[in-house]
Amino acid sequence: MEFKDYYKVMGVARDATEAQIKQAYRKLARKYHPDVSKEKDAEARFKEVGEAYEVLKSPEKRAAYDQLGQGPRPGEDFRPPPDWGAGFEFSGAGARESDYSDFFETLFGARAGTGNRRGAFHPGRGEDHHAKVLLDLDATLHGGTRQLTLRVPEIDTEGRLVSKERVLNVQVPKGILAGQHIRLAGQGARPPGEGTPGDLFIEVEFQPHPLYRIDARDLYLDLPVAPWEAALGATVKTPTPTGTVDLKIPPGSHAGTKLRLKGRGIPASPPGDFYVVPQITLPAANDDKAKAAYAAMAAAMPFNPRASLGV
Amino acid sequence: MSPSDDQALSGAIFEESALLTVKDLSRMCAVDERHIVEFVEEGVLSVVEIDAAEWHFTGAALRRARRALRLERDLEINLAGVALALELMEELERLRRELEARR
Repeated sequence: MEFKDYYKVMGVARDATEAQIKQAYRKLARKYHPDVSKEKDAEARFKEVGEAYEVLKSPEKRAAYDQLGQGPRPGEDFRPPPDWGAGFEFSGAGARESDYSDFFETLFGARAGTGNRRGAFHPGRGEDHHAKVLLDLDATLHGGTRQLTLRVPEIDTEGRLVSKERVLNVQVPKGILAGQHIRLAGQGARPPGEGTPGDLFIEVEFQPHPLYRIDARDLYLDLPVAPWEAALGATVKTPTPTGTVDLKIPPGSHAGTKLRLKGRGIPASPPGDFYVVPQITLPAANDDKAKAAYAAMAAAMPFNPRASLGV
Repeated sequence: MSPSDDQALSGAIFEESALLTVKDLSRMCAVDERHIVEFVEEGVLSVVEIDAAEWHFTGAALRRARRALRLERDLEINLAGVALALELMEELERLRRELEARR
């Protein structure tokens, strides 16, 4: 088992005061809170910090933890001493739903941190479960079944809180948007004894799509066009979520033009729009013919692209 | 191989149909009904005006309420602070999305 240096996690000295520990926790919690943070490993760090604070803020747990000393040398396995915890009485505090490390659970028990679950007890009905999944955009564009792997908290036969893997095949409702939930009735927790199970709420987020950018219900596509297509207008093949279409580029299109295909975004209610943003792409002048064409253009058109800069 | 459709679970988009009561939200968030009422009083949640006799919320209130509870519990902020943080976070999310789509 890995020894956790809670003082190091919190970035405080071993003789830090309660006020210093609280201050350090507040700062780290704001930094790594999964709702707020954009850090990559925010969730894991937040759990680690929460666990460290759970121990260091409680005088009994901290005193017991301090008895362990600095832990084993790096690479050495940690085992709690046989007389561990004798004479201490831990009161459960905090209502964190997260699972604690093996280290914490061995020392303080799996339920030490989940002592006072907030909330209303509803007899005869199991708790609702919540999960978050990352789907491909095609799932909402066309609907379809996806295999989802969820981590579900469960109370095992010894009354310990464990996290289990659960694989579900779920029919994704067409038109679901990021941040919305699929509600699966009866797929939550079973109540002890008789009664109805709770529901499972799956919050949806999307993986980045290779072609389209997502803004709520609208989709954006960068479409490369040749300079003459933009200048003279053209009909060009364009991929859209519902298949390839012939898109009319109006004459005189320039950078920043946005072409809207109404109702061709995510098929929500109301459906989103599909925006095509032409990107003017220059052909390379890598042979004599191409160079001559550019030269002819320069000769034919008195054009100063920097006129607006006053030069 | 994609899993076959006949054994798949299907569910509706919660936000599209749900109209929630204080009792529903309290159960789904596993908090007291009183806490949901406080959320309304502090402007964390807003009520849909459809029925003078009972408060109702749209489905989007679930995500907001759960987020508010996490902020309250993990960062120990009071409800006025939670309401402000939620508003700023939603504004930030909107701007990030817009920036991403228009980049």
